[in-house]
Amino acid sequence: MSPDLGPITSLRIEHITKRFPGIVACSDISLSVGKGDVLALVGENGAGKTTLMNILMGLYTPDEGKIFINNKEVVFRSPGDAFACGIGMVHQQYMLVPNLTVTENIALGLMQIQGNKGGSLKSRLKHLSKINLEIVRRHIMAISEHYGLLVDPDAAVWQLSVGEQQRVELVKTLCFGAKFLILDEPTSALTPQETDELIALLKRMSQELSIIFISHKLAEVKALCNKVAILRGGKLVYRGNTEDHSSADIAALMTGHEVYLPVNQQTRAPGKPMLEVRSLFVRGDRGNMALNNLHLTVHAGEIVGLAGVSGNGQRELAEALTGLRQVESGIIQLDGKDLVGKSPKQIIQQGMGYVPEERNIEGIVPSMSIRENLVLKDIGRAPFTRFGLIRKRVIDKNAETMRDKFDIRCSSLQTAAGSLSGGNIQKVILAREISRSPKFLIAVYPIRGLDLGAAEFIHKQLLALRDQGVGILLISEELEEIINLSDRIAVIFKGHIQRVLGQGEATQRKLGMMMAGVKD
Amino acid sequence: MKHFKAYYTAGVIILASLLAFAVSSLILCLLGANVFDTFYVIFCYPFSSLKNLSGVINIMTPLILVGVGICVAYRSGIINIGGEGQMLMGLLTGIVVALHIDLPAPFGLIAVLMMGMVGGALWGALPGILRTRFGVSELLSTVMFNYIAAQLYAYALRVPLLDPSVSSGSGDPQTVKLASSLWLPRINDMVEGLPKGVRFHSGIFVALILSVLIFLFMWKTPVGFKMRAAGSSDRAARYGGINVNRHLVLAMLISGACCGLAGMVEILGVHHRGIGNCTGGYGFSGIVVALFGGLHPLGVIPAAFFFAVISYGCSALQINKIPVPSNMIDVLQGLVILIIVAAKLIISNPYLMDRVKRRIESFRKEAA
Repeated sequence: MSPDLGPITSLRIEHITKRFPGIVACSDISLSVGKGDVLALVGENGAGKTTLMNILMGLYTPDEGKIFINNKEVVFRSPGDAFACGIGMVHQQYMLVPNLTVTENIALGLMQIQGNKGGSLKSRLKHLSKINLEIVRRHIMAISEHYGLLVDPDAAVWQLSVGEQQRVELVKTLCFGAKFLILDEPTSALTPQETDELIALLKRMSQELSIIFISHKLAEVKALCNKVAILRGGKLVYRGNTEDHSSADIAALMTGHEVYLPVNQQTRAPGKPMLEVRSLFVRGDRGNMALNNLHLTVHAGEIVGLAGVSGNGQRELAEALTGLRQVESGIIQLDGKDLVGKSPKQIIQQGMGYVPEERNIEGIVPSMSIRENLVLKDIGRAPFTRFGLIRKRVIDKNAETMRDKFDIRCSSLQTAAGSLSGGNIQKVILAREISRSPKFLIAVYPIRGLDLGAAEFIHKQLLALRDQGVGILLISEELEEIINLSDRIAVIFKGHIQRVLGQGEATQRKLGMMMAGVKD
Repeated sequence: MKHFKAYYTAGVIILASLLAFAVSSLILCLLGANVFDTFYVIFCYPFSSLKNLSGVINIMTPLILVGVGICVAYRSGIINIGGEGQMLMGLLTGIVVALHIDLPAPFGLIAVLMMGMVGGALWGALPGILRTRFGVSELLSTVMFNYIAAQLYAYALRVPLLDPSVSSGSGDPQTVKLASSLWLPRINDMVEGLPKGVRFHSGIFVALILSVLIFLFMWKTPVGFKMRAAGSSDRAARYGGINVNRHLVLAMLISGACCGLAGMVEILGVHHRGIGNCTGGYGFSGIVVALFGGLHPLGVIPAAFFFAVISYGCSALQINKIPVPSNMIDVLQGLVILIIVAAKLIISNPYLMDRVKRRIESFRKEAA
């Protein structure tokens, strides 16, 4: 282990292979990143991106292959080793303590790093006591000035927006001495404006650092990165310059086939009002009014997109509509029937379908099999139960039909649903919800974190469902998704609908402004 | 490598047995006992005669019943450590009823067993209600309810139910003997012509039938499905329209009923009266049995048999003049169980197995 190598001018990995029981997560992958390079690492879920990055971060040791920094071989046995070499990673989930200030959060991390450096217990304790918040604070200021990363070192983390928290993560990583950044889907929770700012910032930083940028969003990849590496099924299928290829080419290489995200083109005369929400007030988890006098109407055969930065009441709205959250006051009607005060079961029986935000723990029972999850909402009823006993054969048959119809890829229908990939879990949920022939469907972030192939499939299903006359409320932060699919778009801000736009009126820029609370 | 899993499993079991053997040998040597004799008694004495085997079956019976009850609760997402208290409250309810009813032969027995279930079920439901209504952790409440039940039972034995023939101040407090028509008949009284020594009581059939019934209930009925769904992910269950709280309380009712039945069976099969210490700690060892049986009602049966063998063997050490203090017997038993449970966890961890496999393969490559 050679801890300080000076600035990282090149990082090279050669023939990295990592196996897990039953699968090869990374197979013979070689990459190199030079000084000032921004490498985009793209690929579908399960392509091996995260495993590869975890190897670079010292979380996994590769079964085969080597890592070189500045042409010297390094071996990472723990994340501490990778840190010591100057590799820093910003994860998808931010790792900050909400009720500490920015300075305290960063000091906390520094304490851990110095504590891990080894030496006698006494010398470690000495190190810990030496951490001086004032010094950390000055360090933060220096870094934020140097890179133009605006953070307020004295603000408590819970007061910061998602974009600001991300900047804190970046500053934190740099404070730890990172000279090489890995960013795992950094834009997934940002508004369009924040995304633009981040891209501009990263561009500036790339003059001094090298960056690996993991993303699904090819537009960002094109805007920021000069090199691209595409993984598919654990193998490197392409590496080269970003300029040489269009987004469509990259998408095709990622999925192995041409991808067309469907677009809602037909304008139809809307049907009767299917869901009506009037003067809805609902409290959030912290007792605040998360929905504040919300009005919304969705007609039969119509997709209404609900655009908004997450945390503006989307979750509370979805839960109130499905009976999972208590309503303070207001009216919710599905096809003319009141839903307020009804149990989730009664609402399900009235024809409400729901694709929840947290598909892995809410949309499915992870430890139960796929076939069981497909009948989660109907187990007690014919034909799945007769004379009080579950009919295994009917459930199996149902599962086989669903698997074929919805292209659920699994080794067996007995497999625990939680072991499926995100896209397949979403297909299980959609299969169940659609096959129950709902009158109304709420889809929350239906393609978040999914690869293009799965996203394409799910969008097509939603549009087909709309054409059958089902009303759909599509809750999403991805403006492209909302604009592509919606007949009308409602913008939610602080629990209130800012405005409802028709299909033609909405542009990404306009929506972005309204999502940030600007009324025009 | 073909059949790696079989080799691996066998290897782990052999290693675990050696480890258990080594550790307990060490203890036995320190105590000055003959290691071989001790192990011979623990593992072979239970099988040495039909009478001993009957003793094993009698221990196995309450272990199955409690174990099955624990499975139901655990699978439904609530951890029931209150088996001991539920056994006591069940058997107390049953004894009170048994002392006051006078029904013809089979009906009296059935009624008393039923009352045992009712008593245990209600005692089990209380922590369930506390959890769903007020968010009280069941780990806390079930343990506390054990204490309450133990004191209530001790009071009942000493005051209202005390056998007047026990002179005060001397002898253990106990109730009067229950009418013999209420006893669970011994197998040799029910069936003619069995070999001498086959004398276990018929509670084992109650236990076996119950574990099959609970298996069918949990895996073949919609209510069981919903309970399992609520147990594995309460958010997903609520999302799916399942009333999670109602199913939690139901799970505790059933779990308590199984434990209460275990208590009642122990009284009607073995003691025939209420005495102190009559639960034999089965309310706790049943938890280990349930975990060892993979939290499956049918897996509990072999697990209970295994535990009963060790337990019977250990308790026979003193009769066989092995100079091991009775407290050390508990230590030995605990160690053996700990090592075997650990071995089971190692066997059922696919990641560990894969790592070992690859390590061995790379050694082979280097050697080649």
